Amino acid sequence: MTSTPTTARAGDSLKESPARKVSVFLSQHARVRLGLLLSAPLFWLGLVYIAALAALLITAFWTVDSFTGQVQTTWTLDNIITVLTGSLYQTVTLRTVGVALLVTIVDILVALPIAFFMAKVASPRLQRILVIAVLMPLWASYLVKVYAWRSVLSQGGIAEWIAQPFGGSSPGYGLPATIITLAYLWLPYVILPIYAGLERVPNSLLEASSDLGAKTWRTLGSVVLPMLWPAIIAGSIFSFSLSLGDYITVNIVGGANQLLGNLVYTNVGAANNLPLAAAIALIPIAIMIVYLTAARRTGALNNL
Amino acid sequence: MRTTAPRRRVILAGLALASSVALLSACGTSSGSEGSGEEATSLGEMEGSVSILAWPGYVEDGTNDPTVDWVTPFEEETGCEVTSKSYGTSDEAFSLMKTGDYDVVAASGDASLRLVAAGDVAPVNTDLLKNYDGIFDFLKMQSWNSVDGVSYGIPHGYGANLLMYNTDVFPDGLTSWSAVFDDASANAGKVTAYDSPIYIADAAVYLMAHKPELGITNPYALDETQLAAAVDLLKAQRANIGEYWSDYLKEIQAFETGDSVVGTTWQVIQNSVTTGNTEVVLPEEGATGWSDTWMISSTAKSPNCAYAWLDYIASPEANAQATAYFGEAPSSQAACDFRDDCETYHAGDADYAAQIWYWSTPIAECLDGRTDVTCTDYSQWTTAWSEIKG
Repeated sequence: MTSTPTTARAGDSLKESPARKVSVFLSQHARVRLGLLLSAPLFWLGLVYIAALAALLITAFWTVDSFTGQVQTTWTLDNIITVLTGSLYQTVTLRTVGVALLVTIVDILVALPIAFFMAKVASPRLQRILVIAVLMPLWASYLVKVYAWRSVLSQGGIAEWIAQPFGGSSPGYGLPATIITLAYLWLPYVILPIYAGLERVPNSLLEASSDLGAKTWRTLGSVVLPMLWPAIIAGSIFSFSLSLGDYITVNIVGGANQLLGNLVYTNVGAANNLPLAAAIALIPIAIMIVYLTAARRTGALNNL
Repeated sequence: MRTTAPRRRVILAGLALASSVALLSACGTSSGSEGSGEEATSLGEMEGSVSILAWPGYVEDGTNDPTVDWVTPFEEETGCEVTSKSYGTSDEAFSLMKTGDYDVVAASGDASLRLVAAGDVAPVNTDLLKNYDGIFDFLKMQSWNSVDGVSYGIPHGYGANLLMYNTDVFPDGLTSWSAVFDDASANAGKVTAYDSPIYIADAAVYLMAHKPELGITNPYALDETQLAAAVDLLKAQRANIGEYWSDYLKEIQAFETGDSVVGTTWQVIQNSVTTGNTEVVLPEEGATGWSDTWMISSTAKSPNCAYAWLDYIASPEANAQATAYFGEAPSSQAACDFRDDCETYHAGDADYAAQIWYWSTPIAECLDGRTDVTCTDYSQWTTAWSEIKG
């Protein structure tokens, strides 16, 4: 009985402490709590992501003094018109989209059997080893891998050494080399979503299909593929968007070719024409918006 | 009630977006031209560090080759610790200087004037540099290192863009740039060229000798017709190009593996190729070249260390080491006492130096003195270069 007033007093003093007050206030105001929790990440997202994109969009409407290199904030549509009508930009855009599409196709064709083996055939132990093996190239630096391909594809390199007995030769530096290298670089990003998608296909469905008399290809085509389609699209988003923006690989193994990324790079780095670079950078953004809208219809975005 | 909340949210988001855009754009366009600064009149205490932007091979502290080191003596002498970055093209240097991170830059003529015009570099008081007196007179106060009689730096060295070829492919040697232009198809896919708009001047030098009817008198002063002729020549060349280079390590590797067999080069690349089957020549048409200037940033954090570096790198011994390593002529006769190959580079030979077309930024006002036409400026060259590469 004597202790009750003490506890009450202790409770009072606790209520008095500033930390206690804040926590009481927060527990009563759910909105403020949520606001505090989300404001930092939202600020980050807003500033780094959306504002950077918006700044890019705005820069595209400015111009640059050719001699001093200062950006002048006079509004003009010149850059956008140049990019839309210039034959150079059309050619390079087509080339870039072509490369990105081919890289994506090569990656999917290579990834499908590997992912199927990993998900459906391999033992759990082998499965783990294979996942690590697929992820392993990501441990090495991008540049190291591209320069490795440069020496593989060079004259007297490994590619030539392998192809020669069959009467072939190394593709040398150029667009084929770029496609090979990019396909190698983005392969893990395509295998993993497809592997995850295949894991979600129940084995019982495959068994049911074969019980009903379907052959292997019929099972793959009518059962696996429709369920896997969103995963394939998800993987293709990675390889397509990453290829669309790449400029280092084509610089190292692409011979004299240039892609959209190189045009952006030249305009920022060499020509110091940030507004034109921003206008060019809008091309891949537009292409990706179209691509993502199309992908959304397949439901693939739910699979990321 | 239900409709107000989302609307408020949209307005808030809009406000946040607008404010961050305003913030970013304010950062993006702050002009550097006010900060051009006055030249120093006296030197103060050393700041303890200096950051330098230079061509590869200009600032060697022994990390690439333990025997090649002229930075350590400078650090010991002055207490200024050197951090350096190398760049591949003048355009890269020009945009890197815009970051304001560098105290000193070694700029070629196609960057120096732009740096001055943009207010990125400050005038240099040559009275404070005791090694300035010894420098060749034909390098001082030239159009690429001074503006209106004000010096903007101290000359470093000069040289020509040479023609390099694989001796297995060209056992008889070469004497003309035609190997990379009119006769390039003989080695289709194995020709290389420098990846910068300034390379258009190389085509112009070739046209000066082979198409005199175009009337080109200065490869950096091209009117529309002359530029079109140079662009056509380069577009024809493009079909035979294996790859363009701006990273000199890439060109070294390409010549070593045989992926490139002929193309434009620097002496330092020839010095670095280890396979021994390449040769360089200054072709009969003449060549473009460079004459570099050490300049000080207008926003230098360590101006005293920067002056100390300018003076040090112009001192005969350091200048001899640096220019010998890069493969170019030194800036003073005294430096030749520390080198045995000055004859090769025609150091101090003013007539020879006059035959090289030093890199210079093309501007609308024709550099060759013509007033009846407007010349093409660097931004047109840049556009043309992108189109040549296709």
